[in-house]
Amino acid sequence: MKLKEIVGKLQLQVLVGEERLDSEVTGGYTSDLLSDVMANSKAKYLWITLQTHENIVAVAKLKDLAGIILVNNRKPDEETLKRAKDEKVTLLASGETAFNITGKLFDLIGSKN
Amino acid sequence: MLRLFKADLHVHTCLSPCAELDMSPQEILTAAKKKGIDIIGICDHNSSENCPAVVNAAKKMDIKVIPGLEVTSREEVHVLALFDNVETALRLQEHVYENLPGENDEEAFGRQVVVNEKEEVEGFNNRLLIGATTIPLEEVIRLIHSFGGLAIAAHIDREAFSIIGQLGFIPKNLPLDALEISPRVPIEEAITTYAYDYPITCSSDAHYPDDIGNGNTSFLLEEGSLAEIKKALKNEDGRKLIQVNNPGELRF
Repeated sequence: MKLKEIVGKLQLQVLVGEERLDSEVTGGYTSDLLSDVMANSKAKYLWITLQTHENIVAVAKLKDLAGIILVNNRKPDEETLKRAKDEKVTLLASGETAFNITGKLFDLIGSKN
Repeated sequence: MLRLFKADLHVHTCLSPCAELDMSPQEILTAAKKKGIDIIGICDHNSSENCPAVVNAAKKMDIKVIPGLEVTSREEVHVLALFDNVETALRLQEHVYENLPGENDEEAFGRQVVVNEKEEVEGFNNRLLIGATTIPLEEVIRLIHSFGGLAIAAHIDREAFSIIGQLGFIPKNLPLDALEISPRVPIEEAITTYAYDYPITCSSDAHYPDDIGNGNTSFLLEEGSLAEIKKALKNEDGRKLIQVNNPGELRF
């Protein structure tokens, strides 16, 4: 499914990466331990987390993720925003919990694991 | 004259909800002495309130106490903050308390006992010490340094609450003074596993008297003080951090 469609259906705010919403999403991963995301997420996945530290951009880039959804109204650090722009990592936000967003995303694209 | 000091820079007291009640100043010092420890760092979760008691109790003993606290950053990364004196540790504690939401639930997390050097209970801390502050990691380190303290990333070999577990890797140019490993990893192995450009120390993270000293770091110092340890971590003036398991066999 196209990221654009997910953004619409989950009513996500696009913080960084408006120009990349045509990219394909094949799955999702929910975790706040970045070491775990590095070990277990896959390319083209959407990552759901409440961590806002700039390291999330590096992890998303490293794993070639489709984007990051920050939940619970968490605001990214300034460095994180800047780095996401520089590294071309798509950053999305939602006021909903990780549980709700994960559930809704799962309903849309199902599990690939 | 320079000589070897054996330090365990990460010891909890009965103030930490997850530590045993018998982690009283006297018990801690006796246990440390028994293990041949010359310097202990007192680092309770997000608090320094038991540091005065341990520092005072140690005055008549041949053991040096470095006051500190183990700060939990917003990212839930544990950072040891070690200071020259109790007053500066308590100044950092003020910032921590201002940014530490929640109240302790004794049944869920345990009691947070404040004691004096005579082993008397002075009261109970009711803050959620086991919780996370709202202070970003970089700011935690900046605050520690602004008070002249040492900032050490705690137990980086553990997944829970370590900088590597929480953040995947150590952000570039983070001005940490050292990385701490738990006794589960031999220091020689840690040096190759964690190939970062930081000195590596080993501490017990003791929550029970028997654990004190099980992880320790040897330093070549003039005296047991924070200033000397700072020099050793920077390899200055002949002060050294000894990164082998049995420094007793080395000659200086």
